[in-house]
Amino acid sequence: MKLLVPVKRVVDYNVKVRVKSDGTGVETANVKMSMNPFDEIAVEEAVRLKEKGVASEIVAVSIGVAAAAEQIRTALAMGADRGILVEHDGALEPLAVAKILKAVVAKEQPQLVILGKQAIDDDMNATGQMLAALLGWPQGTFASRLEIADGKATVTREVDGGLETVELRLPAIVTTDLRLNEPRYASLPNIMKARKKPIETLKPADLGVDPSPRLTVLKVEEPPKRQAGKKVASVQELVDKLRNEAKVI
Amino acid sequence: MIPATTAAEDLAFGLIHVVGLPALTEAAGAPLSPDDIAAIVAEADRFAREKVAPGWQEADRHGAVYENGAVRTPPHYPALYRDWIAGGWQSLPAPAAVHGVAVGGQGLPGALWNAVQELVLAADTSFALGPLLTAGAIDLLCHHATPRQAAAWLPPMIAARWSGAMCLTEPQAGSDLGALRARAVTRGDGSYAVTGQKIFITWGEQDCSENTLYLVLARLPDAPAGTRGISLFGAPKFLPDGRRNGIRCGGIERKMGIHASPTCVMLFEEAEAELVGEPHRGLAAMFAMMNNARLAVGVQGVAHGARALALAEAYAAQRVQFGVPIARMPDVARMLAEMRATTLAGRLLALEASAAGDRARLLGDAAAAARLALLTPVVKAWCTERGVENASLGIQVHGGMGFVEDTGAAQVLRDARIAPIYEGTNGIQAIDLVSRKLARDEGAAMRALLAEARGLDARLDAALDGLARATEAMLAAQARDANEAQAGAAAYLDAAGWVLGGWMLARARAADAARYGALAEFYLRRLLPRAAARCAEAEEGRAVLALLAG
Repeated sequence: MKLLVPVKRVVDYNVKVRVKSDGTGVETANVKMSMNPFDEIAVEEAVRLKEKGVASEIVAVSIGVAAAAEQIRTALAMGADRGILVEHDGALEPLAVAKILKAVVAKEQPQLVILGKQAIDDDMNATGQMLAALLGWPQGTFASRLEIADGKATVTREVDGGLETVELRLPAIVTTDLRLNEPRYASLPNIMKARKKPIETLKPADLGVDPSPRLTVLKVEEPPKRQAGKKVASVQELVDKLRNEAKVI
Repeated sequence: MIPATTAAEDLAFGLIHVVGLPALTEAAGAPLSPDDIAAIVAEADRFAREKVAPGWQEADRHGAVYENGAVRTPPHYPALYRDWIAGGWQSLPAPAAVHGVAVGGQGLPGALWNAVQELVLAADTSFALGPLLTAGAIDLLCHHATPRQAAAWLPPMIAARWSGAMCLTEPQAGSDLGALRARAVTRGDGSYAVTGQKIFITWGEQDCSENTLYLVLARLPDAPAGTRGISLFGAPKFLPDGRRNGIRCGGIERKMGIHASPTCVMLFEEAEAELVGEPHRGLAAMFAMMNNARLAVGVQGVAHGARALALAEAYAAQRVQFGVPIARMPDVARMLAEMRATTLAGRLLALEASAAGDRARLLGDAAAAARLALLTPVVKAWCTERGVENASLGIQVHGGMGFVEDTGAAQVLRDARIAPIYEGTNGIQAIDLVSRKLARDEGAAMRALLAEARGLDARLDAALDGLARATEAMLAAQARDANEAQAGAAAYLDAAGWVLGGWMLARARAADAARYGALAEFYLRRLLPRAAARCAEAEEGRAVLALLAG
């Protein structure tokens, strides 16, 4: 069984994200970039499925700038077999990514696509669901447990009310939640082996997809700074402030 | 976890753009691309910060515990050591094969290993010392083991399942190894029985590795006295048939720092051992790997500066006094800049030295071998002095909180203080530089280095002139009276460190002015003047002798 694992290049989770001074987005120049942590969990799950003998091949795919090849290399060092880089310099929205992934699925014919539930840069939480809709495949999102048997995937989902278990007919889409696994660190011998694994580079046009944005970003700004609290001397003062300053009563 | 700093990025930059590792490896026929180098350094950084660093204070508090001949390391060390094995990092600098026997090394450059070591040492020095000593033992065996010894010992050591322990020092034989008494007698079957007491054996006994190979210096019955009568032996803790060898731990030291690294008294009681290398040539074999071991200690100095800096920067950014973060106050900013500048200078100088080692080894470049020999005592001593100084500055930045153990700043200083002492005290390094490395080619390698460093910056050129004059003065002193040269040696080494550190920062600036220009300028203006004072001191060696003899 072949698995497809999309990996996204994002600002490293240790970096304090800053908004660009012109308000058009967040600063990514000279900022440490890494694989989206939820995608690391997706790669780890795929590698475990391969180690269990369930999967036979893992293809890591990234969509973005040429440097995203670094994130594919990380996936290859963790245990993926080969990579596909769909190179695109401009902004990418979840729908464009999902369309590109749909075309990659058509080309690669995987039985399962494992994605991170969301990327930590824009927190869209949309690509996996959109891909499932475009392909007409069943989806198991926010997975904290995944089992594959008899052409079916059993997915335990983390939902607001608790845990929900669903059974999906393969081929299917699974998106990962934090508790699915703890991703491994790439070992030095595997980093060295990953250098020899192939990465194919494509353009969106090669896949017949137009990735141009459908949305217009008006402004990006930092959340307002939290104001310091105030101590009041009496209940009367509190009521007065609630009424006249906060204007909530 | 260590807050993300620029250490890993600076290491990758230094390897790629300052010491030119891609071109070097290309010339050696095993090219490493900038991406390969960056990927390896980034993953080592992740391992160091996310796996090794989180327990460093717990490790310090718990320390190593001795009980009935066994040593318990901090509770999380055995699992962390398994992670170290799984990461395969120990295999980085080891060759793929020795005597045609596959031993499992990756055969990557020493400069890259230097970078990985810095990151792990900064995360938890006590933990990193075990693998560091193992690497030294592997290096030695790659040069001196027989094919059978290589096949038996190297694969498990390179996989890190076995550790290596270096057993040199005895109570009466510290810097003066000629005084050592441990003895070895033949057992008639080609093997030997070693008996004696060794002290200060780092990671001599612990609960992390499944076996330990002890490399022991001892005398054969017919050995001449002094340093020319010392042989090297290899003895495993557990023999191939599973029996425990006659080697036990008699106790561990209570120390100022590196609490979790067991410093053991090791007792050899007719331990079954094999001769490694030629009889009576043990010290020469040991010294062949001394350059690497001394460089590794220099890297510790850099690592301590880096850790101190990471803690101090994080604290100074969030500690508000008089309404502003203290990082913005001129004197605190000055301390942070000194820490940054000397740490980066030391980091790049250590990379330069280890890259010279790679050039010598991979390309058979004799000038590079001389460069490595010359730089080794400078890196060892200058970088460890700066490590202690920066650890102390790091405490100062924290104010009163730095003296409180919770911040970790104090631990860095306690851990750093051993580095100027072990693997040849810094005084020994200074003597090595002046009486051996300068004297043996009458200053030729140093003059070549000073000439190469010219032309990057006028202030640096002036400092190079000063160091050139001091070099001639040291050579003249050495020719008159070795004691006179030794009395000025420490100041001379320090001067060389300040000048060469400036050279490295000027090179970093030349490679990327936007990134390193300000720091290089700070160093050249504020720190490089120290070299002139140290040169003046160095030239007064004769006065020191005369006044002290009085």
